[in-house]
Amino acid sequence: MSNLYDTIIIGAGHNGLVCANYLAKSGRKVLVLEANEGVGGAAITREFAPEYSVSACAHLLHLLNPKIVSDLALNSHGLKMAAKGLTTLSLSTDGEHLTLDRDSVSGKALLQSDKKVYRDFQNKMRRFARILRKTFMTRPPRLVHKNRKDLMTLASLGLSVRLMGRDDMRELLRIGAINIYDVLQEDFQNEHLKAALGFDAVLGSNLGPRSPNSVLSYLYRLSGQVGENDSAVSQPAGGMGSVTEALKKSAEAAGVEIRTGVAVSRILLDVDKVVGVETSTGENLKSAEVVSNADPKTTFFKLVGARNLETGFSRRVDNIRMQGKAAKLHLALDALPEFTGVSSDQLGNRMIIAPSLTYLEQAFDHSKYGEFSNAPALEITIPSVHDQSLVPAGKHVLSAVVQYAPYDLRTGWESQAEVFKQIAIDKIEEYAPGIKDLISASELLTPVDIESEFKIHGGHWHHGEYTLDQFMMLRPVPGAAQYSTPLSGLFLCGAGSHPGGGVMGLAGKNASAEIINGGKN
Amino acid sequence: MSVREADKRVLRTPFYSRASELCQTNLWSPWKAYTTVDCYSYVEEEYFAIRNATGVFDLTPMIKYRISGPDGLAYLDKLMTRKMSKLTPGRVMYSAWCNDLGHVLDDGTVFHLEENLWRLCSAERHMDWLQATALGFDVEIEDETDDVVGLAVQGPTSCQTLKAMNLSCVENLKPFQHMSFDFEGTKLMVSRTGFTGDLGYELWVPSEYAEKLWDTLFEAGKAFGILPIGSHALDIVRIEAGFIQAEVDFVPALNVVRAGRGRSPFELGLDWLVHFDKPVFNGRRALLKEKEEGSRYRFVRLDIEGNKPASDSFIYNSKKDIVGHITSATWSPSAKKNIALGSVEMPWGRLGDELYAEIYYNRELKWNRLMARCHVVEGAFFDPPRRRETPPLDY
Ligand SMILES: Cc1cc2nc3c(=O)[nH]c(=O)nc-3n(C[C@H](O)[C@H](O)[C@H](O)COP(=O)(O)OP(=O)(O)OC[C@H]3O[C@@H](n4cnc5c(N)ncnc54)[C@H](O)[C@@H]3O)c2cc1C
Repeated sequence: MSNLYDTIIIGAGHNGLVCANYLAKSGRKVLVLEANEGVGGAAITREFAPEYSVSACAHLLHLLNPKIVSDLALNSHGLKMAAKGLTTLSLSTDGEHLTLDRDSVSGKALLQSDKKVYRDFQNKMRRFARILRKTFMTRPPRLVHKNRKDLMTLASLGLSVRLMGRDDMRELLRIGAINIYDVLQEDFQNEHLKAALGFDAVLGSNLGPRSPNSVLSYLYRLSGQVGENDSAVSQPAGGMGSVTEALKKSAEAAGVEIRTGVAVSRILLDVDKVVGVETSTGENLKSAEVVSNADPKTTFFKLVGARNLETGFSRRVDNIRMQGKAAKLHLALDALPEFTGVSSDQLGNRMIIAPSLTYLEQAFDHSKYGEFSNAPALEITIPSVHDQSLVPAGKHVLSAVVQYAPYDLRTGWESQAEVFKQIAIDKIEEYAPGIKDLISASELLTPVDIESEFKIHGGHWHHGEYTLDQFMMLRPVPGAAQYSTPLSGLFLCGAGSHPGGGVMGLAGKNASAEIINGGKN
Repeated sequence: MSVREADKRVLRTPFYSRASELCQTNLWSPWKAYTTVDCYSYVEEEYFAIRNATGVFDLTPMIKYRISGPDGLAYLDKLMTRKMSKLTPGRVMYSAWCNDLGHVLDDGTVFHLEENLWRLCSAERHMDWLQATALGFDVEIEDETDDVVGLAVQGPTSCQTLKAMNLSCVENLKPFQHMSFDFEGTKLMVSRTGFTGDLGYELWVPSEYAEKLWDTLFEAGKAFGILPIGSHALDIVRIEAGFIQAEVDFVPALNVVRAGRGRSPFELGLDWLVHFDKPVFNGRRALLKEKEEGSRYRFVRLDIEGNKPASDSFIYNSKKDIVGHITSATWSPSAKKNIALGSVEMPWGRLGDELYAEIYYNRELKWNRLMARCHVVEGAFFDPPRRRETPPLDY
């Protein structure tokens, strides 16, 4: 019997949808199977209280690749921004917040010298981020094969590193090997400012400011704000779900068939060759090409099974570090809250609570020992300021990432989620006195909830920690870093692959290019 | 200050009291955690005990793993290159196992002891690898090296010796089968296995029964020329049988530091142990590729002209290019040949290839060099029919 589909994609996260679209454009008949009732994965908008909707996981768009937006005509498929170029306010209980923009920072307590240091620092880090970003547009090179394409990638990377000039190159190597705490300590005086920058280095990760790899993680975030991505942080109209809705429409227009509410329970194999998938409803769907948008541990252990992998490889997959530490808090508010010192027209920006690097490090310390932070750091947005479609007229919704909430909480989350939710709300109350009285409904998603709702192992933001040992040709593991895997016909296209997580789309796009190329060198 | 026996860096095996009494040379060498006898009396005497009577060798240091659980067989199939489905209770299988590169980690034997219970005997320790391979299988793995002792009882009168121990029907054991007997209140397992290429058995008991086993065995073997043998005599017989040894004829892949020094089963003459008609096993992809694209090396058994052992020699082709080296060499008293095992680069080592071993030997501090012609041979150098006969004929 011939196969009905050339390619089956497991998961309709944004990367799965991007990949499906390009594959359909290459002439393939593509089926996408999504376990959840809707598409989008961790990039969705959903109701969490009657008539209150919110971006359930990712809430700020800052990495989405412009080439994908134009290739897939997302704007004509309904993608609109409610707000663009959001600035960051680093809050202070005394109302003396800092305002961080691309090139400038302001705040009452800042000295002229702080502002200059900030500008120089941003310029330097952007130069480095630009180099990092260059590697994002193609598959990571294989180091052991003498392949022309890989050598070109390496050569171009080498060239851009060379073109940086000696001082920059030395500086990149130097700071790459230390941590964001030490780097910020060298250049900056103001504790509050240091923390605002350090926060971006640890957001979504299992790192504290003093952890190795925090510089890489900072550059990764910045890579969304260089080159043609300059517009930086945006808020999609209708929440993050509108990005994936547009991706869905575009994919369907390209001929992709999408079935939601159908989970893949197993990838079907003929020894080590993919022949199709088995769904949770017991249906067997044949296909010689299967692409997984699920994270690598889910893909290899749940869907393929460790038994079907050689030991060296499965041990590497087993060792992938992907413990989520970010929780998500949603508040339904009867009115626009007041944040001390923040005017109401500033409330639509990105607000963070990170008073000092020590505060961040201490918040992180708890999580190392399986405890949540009793003074967490937060990234807060009030999307309803720009977008009333999310709420009943005149009401508001607050969406916040709260760190650190370790996936493997020692006591288990069952009895503790409510406690941590109150801690997070109390923390916000310190900065927005009176907000508690406005709350009509609330929701906290711990990494365990994120794992079960979004089917991401460990509930990890990036489908795998973003660190040098899980980076580029080591991402997710050698042997699967070029989107193909040891099982012929099986490919990866999710955030666990190069370049990594965030609503970016490049993992999906790069994977499609590899698949179209036959998964060969 | 005295050191407690148990704290010594190299331990005595539970047979030490008996072995040391009989060891005239007092020459011992470490083998894994234990000290074992190199030679009790004369290597030649021990050699001829194996080939003409019964030689007994202490196997205690051999690494032993106990594998249990309902997924044991599937687990072994993933671990091993050989198809293990024929391994039923009462049977033993020899196999090799590889890493993902298709390089041999070790070779050894698996005993299917009873339903859901196996024993793996290997040269090297592999707990880490065995555990990693267990991912996704319902199996449990324990190291039982120190809990179980073994004696290899090898040679043409070995069966008669065992019969004299009143092990009824032991003569019906076929090669690679095992059975158990009541012995002094414990279970004595006897397997028809060995490292000598001859008729022979291996006897296994819990370590606290070691001395009892030794005494009973030697008493029974008196009439059949039984002698304890050391590792030097064993080395000669295993080369005659054409058997490879880890760390001698190949570097176990987990010990390899320099890229490319590992060897695949094809490169060690173990093609017959690689079965592709089974589920995924470690090394499968790499070995399939190697089968398609060709191997880098060939394992050779060489019959070398002259009588000077070619230990460590380089191997040359007719153009005098170095194409390989000898890994094991000895004079074979039974084959009356100068024999060796070696590794040569492809395509060399075909039957009929003109190869030479560069042999250096010393006559009263005068060194001589010899280029000895080597003939590639197939199979063992010594392979008596009694090795397979069941029941074995009395000798
Ligand atoms: C709390 C939190 C906040 C975040 N905030 C931001 C942010 O503000 N900005 C940002 O850019 N990024 C953010 N991220 C990161 C971002 O959400 C993810 O990195 C990104 O959405 C991953 O996309 P993906 O398509 O690779 O995978 P996913 O979105 O995880 O999609 C995978 C899909 O596969 C499906 N699936 C899994 N298993 C199966 C199966 N067996 N059968 C069928 N389907 C299956 C899942 O249901 C899911 O739909 C955040 C992440 C978290 C956890």
